[in-house]
Amino acid sequence: MADLSIDIAGIKGPNPFWLASAPPANTGEQVMRAFDAGWGGAVWKTLGDPIVNTSSRFGAIDYANGKVMGFNNIELITDRPLAVNLAEIREVKRRYPKHAVVVSLMTETKHDWHTLIRKVEDAGCDGLELNFGCPHGMCERGMGSSVGQEPKLITEITRWVKEVARTPVLVKLTPNTGDVVEAAQAARAGGADGVSLINTIKSLMGVDLERMVPNPRVGDGSTNGGYCGPAVKPIALHMVAAIARDVRGLPISGIGGVQTWRDAAEFLALGSSTVQVCTAVMHLGYRIVGDLADGLSEWLDAHGMKSVRELVGRAVPAYKEWGDLDLSYKVLAKIDPATCIGCQRCVVACQDGAHQCIFTGREEKARPPHAHAKGPARPPSPFPVGLLAGERVPWVDEPECVGCNLCQLVCPVPACITMQEVPNGKRDTWNERVARGAGKVPGGIHD
Amino acid sequence: MTAWTEKLPGERAETALADKKPLMDAAEARLEAERCLYCADAPCTIACPTSIDVPGFIKRIASGNVRGSARTILEQNILGYSCARVCPVEVLCEGSCVYTAWQDKPIAIGRLQRYATENGTLDLAAPVFGAKASTGKRVACVGAGPASLAFAAYLAMEGHKAVVFEKRALPGGLNTTGVAPYKLHADDAAREVEWVQSLGVEIRTGVEVGKDVTGAQLLAEYDAVFLGLGLGDDNRLGIPGEDGPGVVGATAWIEQMKLAKGTLPKLGHVVVVGGGNTALDVARECALLGAEAVMMVYRRGIAEMSGYDHELAGARKEGVIFVDHATPLAVVRDAAGAVRALRVSKGGAEVDLPAALVALAIGQSKLRSVASQFPGVALDARGCVVADAASGVTGNLDVFSGGDCVNGGKEVVNAVADGRNAARFLHAKWSTSHG
Repeated sequence: MADLSIDIAGIKGPNPFWLASAPPANTGEQVMRAFDAGWGGAVWKTLGDPIVNTSSRFGAIDYANGKVMGFNNIELITDRPLAVNLAEIREVKRRYPKHAVVVSLMTETKHDWHTLIRKVEDAGCDGLELNFGCPHGMCERGMGSSVGQEPKLITEITRWVKEVARTPVLVKLTPNTGDVVEAAQAARAGGADGVSLINTIKSLMGVDLERMVPNPRVGDGSTNGGYCGPAVKPIALHMVAAIARDVRGLPISGIGGVQTWRDAAEFLALGSSTVQVCTAVMHLGYRIVGDLADGLSEWLDAHGMKSVRELVGRAVPAYKEWGDLDLSYKVLAKIDPATCIGCQRCVVACQDGAHQCIFTGREEKARPPHAHAKGPARPPSPFPVGLLAGERVPWVDEPECVGCNLCQLVCPVPACITMQEVPNGKRDTWNERVARGAGKVPGGIHD
Repeated sequence: MTAWTEKLPGERAETALADKKPLMDAAEARLEAERCLYCADAPCTIACPTSIDVPGFIKRIASGNVRGSARTILEQNILGYSCARVCPVEVLCEGSCVYTAWQDKPIAIGRLQRYATENGTLDLAAPVFGAKASTGKRVACVGAGPASLAFAAYLAMEGHKAVVFEKRALPGGLNTTGVAPYKLHADDAAREVEWVQSLGVEIRTGVEVGKDVTGAQLLAEYDAVFLGLGLGDDNRLGIPGEDGPGVVGATAWIEQMKLAKGTLPKLGHVVVVGGGNTALDVARECALLGAEAVMMVYRRGIAEMSGYDHELAGARKEGVIFVDHATPLAVVRDAAGAVRALRVSKGGAEVDLPAALVALAIGQSKLRSVASQFPGVALDARGCVVADAASGVTGNLDVFSGGDCVNGGKEVVNAVADGRNAARFLHAKWSTSHG
């Protein structure tokens, strides 16, 4: 079994799976149950001056038959007295000395930051996370994402914190910004030991069309909340990778839609040292950590990695600028007639949404001239006879296929459509073309 | 507008049999609708005799657009509600679903269609189709079965006046009188007819064409006539002992069971003669209604029976015993005249199959005399009305026909397709002649 233990900016823990600062890490009782279930760390629900919350406060988007594809909340920071939280942190650390307990913080003045930090560090926490990301409620009061959107404020407040902090400091970044790399650089400039991201995305979850009030509804109104869950993973992955690539050496705790070990592995491969999870736990419970841990461990073993640390950042070098992509690389869609069920979703997707190169068996004889190809391209020997899908198996006009993946993406049958490489021995990027003066494509505005 | 449902007795033998495929609730329907792959050039649509845009109506259920879903169905099949319940979906839409090729169960298209049509049309005060201005054209329909109702409904929706003449007391044809109760009860069929009336169709029951009104009168009073005659009485075997109590025609028995007030006397041993779907229906109904034993007697092998495999499987599950390669010789009666057995020849021997009731499901006669009321309308050798498959036009250009009287006995959905196609043809003809 691979070693899952981690060290992020000096914060150690038995595995890279942390609860994010959120309702699942609201109380000591919860955090201890999570540790018992197998979580390696927790970022305590943000402490500061207690607030009051609304009812209701969560919203979700389902997709097809899947629940909670996306999730949002308008809950604020902790609504419990600081002393109660501190006592619980002390108790958790007493009982779980090897687990990572990071405390999320949010307050306003330098004096308050200093006071708060001294109190939570006295309670025995392993690290601090500065909440510069919350995009609802607190930002209207000049905290949360209103800090994270201003690089100068990020640097300044991080400096205040570092003046007194004895434990490592992670700055939690908001995705509600033009350039998250700039925010990460600002955090580093302020002395941050690492960053965690993404916080939630400013959002409205929908509209109650009968009441004409957005969701989640609080009586006669709603407000912008923070969006998270599986739907935001791609956004988070990009931001994590951008920082890993462009702010080299800054430790990252990745957050955003992690639900399975595979999600976690992807965050790690793009440069995260730990992952933080909230929505999946709110949806499915602490128990999901079982799959996270043994799934990741199995994968590491299968790929000959002795430690999870070997995985961190592995895919970052392959995250390139568009201009460095190989324009000679070519793939073609291949449809496996043995597994094709004849739904022809690929046909309609290609015809309406891509490059008009997939056709149904039924329409082959009456096929109209191709929109942008010369002459018929029908392969001579199409498909085995007698298949149930039979004549319904579509065919690919290969010279016209641009290898866009759309057909494969919409095909409901796993591995029925594969994108097969067509080796041509060439290599050419846009940047190389521009460099040799071949950057002009005919048919432009001035042609 | 007549409330046909109120003309049905509340307690009927059929009411003892519950739906085998009950109405889905909203959550169930949306869950199932989301499974649909939304195929292009969808095989379910191709398999449907009325070419319903199945993926289109299912996606509308998934989005919560139930009235739009119902409209999508009804535009192609105005009796989409009863078809949802009576269609042999196993050999049509569901049997073609791509999921059948992918180790999965097909989309429950029939049940989804019922969900959409039942919920989308219940509220007569909020019609799913708007009415059009009257054109002054008038059509008469003979028979109030699915073919006529479809013809009448589609023309009424275009503003033509449609009057349906029915010799029975209740309209709806086989939907009302003949469908297995675990698929569709008579009151639900009648409710659908009430909805068809709300589209502007007038129905006159208890009027027999050829007796109460002549073909000539209809041709004189109306711009066009549609013959949706259906089929006639059950055929008889012509064997000794057949006449008398205890030997019934299958469709007559089913009609009685579905429409008559009260419950049936306890069913003893039942022998059904025939191998088609009507025979299977009677056998299954008797089994489900508590008959002591039900046997089906068929002159050839089971593989040659014309009934659907899924109906046969259902009958087996319900305990029906199949006696194949058996030829009925005589109905054996006791001294009092009560049926005791059906004597059959099987494997060279004569066997008495115990029976208190013998049901004959060996086809129905053709209603030749009604068609003969209309000059130019021809019958083929089988006695079926000769009509063009695409337009329903008969040898008389003002007379159209479709459904069982043309095809010799197929599904409700085929009859609806015939009526609809004829209506579309006629409306197009009138539209172009106007313009």
